[in-house]
Amino acid sequence: MRAPSLSVRREDLWVRGGRILDPEKLFFEERRVADERRDCGGRILAPGFIDVQINGGFGVDFSQATEDVGSGVALVARRILSHGVTSFCPTLVTSPPEVYHKVVPQIPVKSGGPHGAGVLGLHLEGPFISREKRGAHPEAHLRSFEANAFQDLLATYGPLDNVRIVTLAPELGHSHEVIRELTTRGICVSLGHSVADLRAAEDAVWSGATFITHLFNAMLPFHHRDPGIVGLLTSDRLPAGRCIFYGMIADGTHTNPAALRIAHRAHPQGLVLVTDAIPALGLGNGRHTLGQQEVEVDGLTAYVAGTKTLSGSIAPMDVCVRHFLQATGCSVESALEAASLHPAQLLGLEKSKGTLDFGADADFVVLDDSLHVQATYISGELVWQAEAARQ
Amino acid sequence: MRLVILDNYDLASEWAAKYICNRIIQFKPGQDRYFTLGLPTGSTPLGCYKKLIEYHKNGHLSFKYVKTFNMDEYVGLPRNHPESYHSYMWNNFFKHIDIDPNNAHILDGNAADLQAECDAFEKKIKEAGGIDLFVGGIGPDGHIAFNEPGSSLVSRTRLKTLAMDTILANAKYFDGDLSKVPTMALTVGVGTVMDAREVMILITGAHKAFALYKAIEEGVNHMWTVSAFQQHPRTIFVCDEDATLELRVKTVKYFKGKNFIEELNF
Repeated sequence: MRAPSLSVRREDLWVRGGRILDPEKLFFEERRVADERRDCGGRILAPGFIDVQINGGFGVDFSQATEDVGSGVALVARRILSHGVTSFCPTLVTSPPEVYHKVVPQIPVKSGGPHGAGVLGLHLEGPFISREKRGAHPEAHLRSFEANAFQDLLATYGPLDNVRIVTLAPELGHSHEVIRELTTRGICVSLGHSVADLRAAEDAVWSGATFITHLFNAMLPFHHRDPGIVGLLTSDRLPAGRCIFYGMIADGTHTNPAALRIAHRAHPQGLVLVTDAIPALGLGNGRHTLGQQEVEVDGLTAYVAGTKTLSGSIAPMDVCVRHFLQATGCSVESALEAASLHPAQLLGLEKSKGTLDFGADADFVVLDDSLHVQATYISGELVWQAEAARQ
Repeated sequence: MRLVILDNYDLASEWAAKYICNRIIQFKPGQDRYFTLGLPTGSTPLGCYKKLIEYHKNGHLSFKYVKTFNMDEYVGLPRNHPESYHSYMWNNFFKHIDIDPNNAHILDGNAADLQAECDAFEKKIKEAGGIDLFVGGIGPDGHIAFNEPGSSLVSRTRLKTLAMDTILANAKYFDGDLSKVPTMALTVGVGTVMDAREVMILITGAHKAFALYKAIEEGVNHMWTVSAFQQHPRTIFVCDEDATLELRVKTVKYFKGKNFIEELNF
């Protein structure tokens, strides 16, 4: 269990102090054996899933400036444990500055545990995006960078301490200085909701962008003479050794399985499964709120009320993993890595998250052979268990 | 000497494992009475280890009151290197059984004073009351542990430079890069193994046939160090058919005819 991209194999998993332990070292150096054993019945143990794009769920809307933002986040954090998610990036869609100023400081980075999945930092999707490709984002609150570029961004968002990812459209003026500034501060810049052509996208990657927000959605369609942002997957003009990651919503609606396969086959190492889940996740059919707008839920699909514009997904992460596996015919390992290792690599956390390497945080899930979540562990502690598994 | 010939590798492995299992059980090990076992590495004993693990998992065999002493270890290889004998023993045996880590002894090839490490190992064996059963293999050049041709037949645990043949044979485990292969090892001596109350040598495969012939049908000779066991009071050679290919038909017929099963109370 050392390098990424491994195969599923029959092994025991050792945990101590909330971290994965090297049992060989324990045996030969400390001369100790296990204090406690748990039989997982031959099921698959995989790193816990990491969702870097989730707008809310169970009635909670992260983009709403409520009085108690903290409990909303806590509720979602607890409920997604049953989906196998052990870490996530609460996402805020395009909102007016007042909302950012009120909400952002109330969602700090937080370790996971029995209370819920860990918060890795916020994902701010917008408002610096393309009008034409805004999708479900409210037009009234879109912004562009003025001459003061980064200062404009700071004025809009407020302090960036809790921010992990920013999605923006690189064709906006002054975007490159903003991208560079954000990257210097350790914030991941993602390209999305944009009409950038391939050249502009490549330049943005040179400036520091490392992610693409929900590939295919809210960007120019692939064209054989200008592949647009999609072309980044196979671009030969990126900095050497740099891997471009891209989010995909594998809920069976947002992307046709054939398109999912094209992306996966072109660049499997960069694929990151995201839910892009909206507050209606886990609620059922009917009308619900997202940002400053109303949405209509019908089965596994959600639309901007009164239109045919997709409004975000309501498929839980484990459903996405299973759908991705079935649609691409990829290996179990690939499907699991797309939901764990790759998002960890995107955020530079692959030493502690998204892996079962020795020394990593013991955040893992117990799955049956068809990848249904049976139990979820954070820091080696059981934090959720399926009904059938409970004694 | 007893020569036990089984039809194939799997049957030979199973026979050897059953023998070890029965020896331990008959000994009735306990709190003040540990069974001491000498252990080998390499591809030959893998089948035997698998069977022992199976007997343990079935509840037939516990290693709680067993002390083990491995034959050898490379010098200068990190303990957690995938090709170290520590890694071999952990992955192929220790992690699957209930042995107390304090009772699993393997020479430390990274000790500051290598000869002192060897002397300490001999001392530990002595303090454990000597070895009840030493299990070993044989190299194509007739060596036992790393006692390569020319090793003294009364040697003790010490540092040895590996023969070129051994280094070449090992290259495949080090990405084919000769510069990465260890050139020295710590090994128990021929004398150390001879001190054991009982010795069992596992030999399988046609490539070991000539060495087996030299070991049991020719004289005691330091160029084929396994031949030293002709002078041990209680040695068993366990082989498959292929390993007997260089023996006289007469030898094979003689030993196959003997029925050890009753003798060994299976």
